[in-house]
Amino acid sequence: MITCLGDALFPRVGLAAVNVLRALGVAVDFPATQVCCGQAAFNSGYRAEARRSAEAYLRAFAASEHVVSISGSCAAMVCHHYPGLFAGSALEADAGALAERTYEFSQFLTDVLNVDRLPARYDARVTLHHSCHTLRMLGVKDQPERLLGMVEGLEYVPLARADECCGFGGTFALKMAPISASLVDDKVDAVLETGAEVLTGLDMSCLMNIGGRLRRRGARMRVKHLAEILAEGWQG
Amino acid sequence: MTATPAGFDALVALTTGDEDLQRWLHDYQLDAKRWRDAAMAELGAPEAWRDAVAAVRRHTVAHLDEYLVQFVDKVQEAGGEVFLAATATEAREHIAAIVRARGARRVVKAKSMVTAEIGLNPALEEMGVEVVETDLGEYIVQLSGEPPYHITGPALHKRLPEIRALFSEVAGEELPDDVEALAAFARRVLRDRFLTADVGISGVNLGVAATGTVVLVTNEGNGRMSTTLPRTHIAVMGIERLVPDWPNLAPVLTMLTRAGTGERATTYVSAITGPRRSADVDGPDELHVVIVDNGRSALLGTKYQNALTCIRCGCCADTCPVYRTIGGHAYQSVYSGPIGAVITPLLDGLDGHAHLPFASTLCGACDAACPARVPLTELLLELRSDVAARESATSSWGLGFRGFAALSERPRLWGGALAAAGAAWPAVARLPLQWLRLLAPWTGSRELPAVAPRSFRRIWAGGRGGRRGRGC
Repeated sequence: MITCLGDALFPRVGLAAVNVLRALGVAVDFPATQVCCGQAAFNSGYRAEARRSAEAYLRAFAASEHVVSISGSCAAMVCHHYPGLFAGSALEADAGALAERTYEFSQFLTDVLNVDRLPARYDARVTLHHSCHTLRMLGVKDQPERLLGMVEGLEYVPLARADECCGFGGTFALKMAPISASLVDDKVDAVLETGAEVLTGLDMSCLMNIGGRLRRRGARMRVKHLAEILAEGWQG
Repeated sequence: MTATPAGFDALVALTTGDEDLQRWLHDYQLDAKRWRDAAMAELGAPEAWRDAVAAVRRHTVAHLDEYLVQFVDKVQEAGGEVFLAATATEAREHIAAIVRARGARRVVKAKSMVTAEIGLNPALEEMGVEVVETDLGEYIVQLSGEPPYHITGPALHKRLPEIRALFSEVAGEELPDDVEALAAFARRVLRDRFLTADVGISGVNLGVAATGTVVLVTNEGNGRMSTTLPRTHIAVMGIERLVPDWPNLAPVLTMLTRAGTGERATTYVSAITGPRRSADVDGPDELHVVIVDNGRSALLGTKYQNALTCIRCGCCADTCPVYRTIGGHAYQSVYSGPIGAVITPLLDGLDGHAHLPFASTLCGACDAACPARVPLTELLLELRSDVAARESATSSWGLGFRGFAALSERPRLWGGALAAAGAAWPAVARLPLQWLRLLAPWTGSRELPAVAPRSFRRIWAGGRGGRRGRGC
């Protein structure tokens, strides 16, 4: 599951995820009929429109054994909202089944592949933004930290107030821009306080928000999805 | 959703522009989290306790008609008078009639959100009655002429210098810059008011249907004074504020105080069953329980029913990043924070409040903390779908999402659009960014990410059916 943002803006993240998964022995496919999971429309109240996107998604992944998403919030849309969105319709069972086999990237590595060691080296101080939907809707808590801990040379610096939202919130960032701007500034303060060289996370929408503010403030911190760190540091 | 109302924008700007207040609210939330976490850890198995509270509240609300009838019967059996007010106006008029009939000139009040909801104070003041809020926080905002800032902390935004100035004005002299001295001053003033008030008005934290008991939790003792010293006590409550019986009261009560203020129990927990009996040493001669509907019963049996299971601890605001950024007054409602964004439009209608359900990043922090498991995010999403349904078919968001849905169904068209956008981006990015009005809210504070020259799907297809991607 490459997600619409990943497809358009961050293809490097999808490629990194594909490379890591293949290196771990997973046969990776990209059903090209996928576009968007419908999250933005759903969260904005446009449920009929969200359902149209979601139906196309259901069809695209009908044959996939597992679905791995590089965005925690898109995975959460499928896992958390698809069953309700299709409740009482002919697609209810399909939606429930897709929710059952959809995973966020780090979750898939630790919980399905049971990865406990990684042949990766990445010499940098790294901090992590958990992302609200990944943390609270999917319950992905220590998975990314465990994976970072397996990377040689990587110094993990925990982020203070890590469970606080970065202020993105999808269309919230546009509809309530002053509030979003204030929140992302708080988050950037916390991120800079770590003294890390790299900010990582599991959701490019949050990272795009924090990264966009980091750049506006002239900070030189690099922003990378966890998959990129693993792919770049992969050895062998 | 159309643009946010100007009043909201102005209040947001006021709070986001006040660095001291921003720090104050953020520090408060971090403190509140520490207190709450410690109180929950001490209790052990907080998730099981939350399940228990949710079960009690959902059951009560689902059978509200039966429990209301039982509660009313029991209050009357205990010698209390009951009035069911369908609207805020009915409630105000009934309470005003009681106060008038007693010839009351002074009313003391213990903290109550529902009396603020129905606009009771101005109505009584219009009759020439002096109304004195006796909860310290409520007293402060009464002096400053402001609505409550937070469900349990009405003067949360007030810092010492402001409180000192307000109290000094009452004292007619400059009071010392000292918390103890200021509290002692308030105590002195309020003590006199308690002793001379004709009527005491309180809210109701919980009503026990089995015995007709009104339960109040307070920390300052003002609740007990307001309800026992004056000869008449009027307790005002929303129709949903019930639990079936005492065993079911226990989990709700303990989670109310632990979630709200991080306390095992508040200093005072008062359980009032009827007015003073002949053997009692104190208590009012008469007890009136005013039960207010004001839009609540219309939610029963709808997708919004669980909004009524809230126990008004205020911890959703304590966890909400939007609340700490915009402050309580920006909600322009008695109820602030996530629950305010839910029940304000539900009780008062979407008109004028349609932006509130969008004042959330949907981060779920409130859901994770709510002791009654009120599904706040789910309720916000339901409200958003109601708002979207009201928007005109040609609203820009509606057109945008319909267009995007159409693209979602046509992956080749989407791929073509990405290719075009990727090719055009270098030129577009050189334009002044203001050209795209839709993105101005983003670019005002953040750099825009670039559209990739080659989309993932194009790179993938270029690798012929999924050989290792070559990078972009």
